[in-house]
Amino acid sequence: MTTPLALPFPADTTPGGFLLVLAILVPIVGILLIWTLGSRRTELVALTTLAIGAAIALAILTELTGTGSAVIYLVGGWRPPLGLALRADGLSVVLIVLTAIVIGAVGIFAKGQFGYDADAPEKRAPTVFWTLLLGISGALNLIFLGDDLFNLFVAIELVTFTAVPLVCLDGKAETMRAALRYLLFALLGSVMYLLGVALIYSGYGTLDIALLKSVARVEPLLFIAIALMTVGLLAKTALFPLHIWLPAAHAGAPAAASAVLSALVVKGSFFIILRLWFDILPAEATGLGAQMLAGLGALAILFGSVIAIRQARLKLLIAYSTVAQIGYLFLMFPLATGSEATPAFASIAWTGGILQLASHAFAKAAMFLAAGLVYDAFGHDRISGLAGAGRVIPITFIAFGLGGMSLMGLPPSGGFSAKWLMLNASVGEGQWWWAAVILCGGLLAAGYVFRVLVPAMARPLARIKVKAPVSRRRELVALALAIMALLIGFVPLEPAPLLGIGRGAEAGLLVPGGLAP
Amino acid sequence: MTGATFDTATLYGLCGAALVGIGLFGLVLDPKPIRKILAFNLVGAGVFLVFGVIARRGAAAGFGGDPVPQALVITGIVVAFSATALAVTLVQRLSSAATDAGQPGQAAPVPPKGETGTPGQGDAAS
Repeated sequence: MTTPLALPFPADTTPGGFLLVLAILVPIVGILLIWTLGSRRTELVALTTLAIGAAIALAILTELTGTGSAVIYLVGGWRPPLGLALRADGLSVVLIVLTAIVIGAVGIFAKGQFGYDADAPEKRAPTVFWTLLLGISGALNLIFLGDDLFNLFVAIELVTFTAVPLVCLDGKAETMRAALRYLLFALLGSVMYLLGVALIYSGYGTLDIALLKSVARVEPLLFIAIALMTVGLLAKTALFPLHIWLPAAHAGAPAAASAVLSALVVKGSFFIILRLWFDILPAEATGLGAQMLAGLGALAILFGSVIAIRQARLKLLIAYSTVAQIGYLFLMFPLATGSEATPAFASIAWTGGILQLASHAFAKAAMFLAAGLVYDAFGHDRISGLAGAGRVIPITFIAFGLGGMSLMGLPPSGGFSAKWLMLNASVGEGQWWWAAVILCGGLLAAGYVFRVLVPAMARPLARIKVKAPVSRRRELVALALAIMALLIGFVPLEPAPLLGIGRGAEAGLLVPGGLAP
Repeated sequence: MTGATFDTATLYGLCGAALVGIGLFGLVLDPKPIRKILAFNLVGAGVFLVFGVIARRGAAAGFGGDPVPQALVITGIVVAFSATALAVTLVQRLSSAATDAGQPGQAAPVPPKGETGTPGQGDAAS
């Protein structure tokens, strides 16, 4: 319908653009190999694929920081609006590297757990687990790289179809019920998103995010479309009050799967919401909606934390803590406001929000893996029965504690830096009420973490019964993730330049070499 | 668009909206999983109809319809089909698991709960 004035795309794929295709295709090749080579080699193939994927993620990061501009791949050499583009900017690359690290760590953790056992009868679960793990990594990369709203729809569906079976891997009725509920919420979300896509296409004749940024007008059509898509994605992100599928699904899955679901999968749909609100909606149009999103986020923080404190089982406690921590992400929307001089992505709240996303991913993965080890060691995860458990498997509980430290926001940790930046932003923006919520959330998080840690580290009255020894390798993986959550707290407390790469002002948008600082 | 042009595209658009409405009602309020899945397909059909209307409206240069929305619909139908297949499989497995366990709501063998377990803690979230 309308022809955009200037095409914000280079004439051809940028150097290094092929890396973006590899990031999506390598996991899929891995899946095909798993199914052709048979279950004896499943683990080897999957772990090799994850290692290659991590190398590709680092290569994209190097390419991006080297050139200082976005990496773009034009599929088939066609420029949008006719063709599709894949685009990696600073934000995408941070998430791709994060995904590679967390999924890689989970892979090392799960090695042996879903492995080939020559003596046992052949089972489907190992093949299925590794297939789904690779599927999630490929689908998430597609979300982070996609530049076309319909492409993103396909990607988010791929994530759903790989995440739902992970929930019910053990095949029990209870977990299948949780998986079904998750799937129904996700399907409701996806049709609403698709309806929004239809409306946007009818109004602007393109679905490319970079093009939409230049043609989007403040009008009812855009508001309705974005509202539909946002609500759909909120159902998949599990923001309060659409979170009710999450605790049962995340707590019922095997520990390795829970870690991926809680740390990464919910962030995929959140990433698309970020794209919609900061890359398509004109800045002057976000006011009331942003306050509403943050309001739901605040309710999620308070409600999720209070319910977490009341849980009897460790995995449910961690799952409700995810509900609360997702709430923090939505405080970004009113706080990361842009102006003429400093765009939204250059504000401290933007950096704080992304830091929260990353630190929560590491911390939550570590805590779910630790909870899995607790279950393996004692045969249950009832918090009341864990008195003295920390003296039997100290490394596991140190990992849990360090992860919890990041959730509470104690320095030095990623969670501390994230919450500190957000606190500063809320005071600086004159929106002190969000600061109150952030502080309350930290206190409540301390409540549910110490509720587990204090009895676990205390000298028990009777020695706790150990069912099976835990593997040192698995303990170390959980610890390594928790330490990562701590280490990213050492980034400087200012807007991170990396996050701004490839997100320059409209004129210089995406043009290699012509990036406005 | 003037008031006189109540063309077929508008009619189809309204039908699409009605289907989405009926489907959403069922998806949110109906307690039975199978009916929820059917309702999801109703919403899907409504959205696809809207895509068709957009294709017709956006037609230019002598084409009968804009091909892009049509291509999107085909992909959308494939995705909705896979989603339905996955959901129906889950319902089927769930039903057979519940039958095996004797009564609905009881999972098959669970690891020993220990001696101090409070009843019903596993269902705290459901």
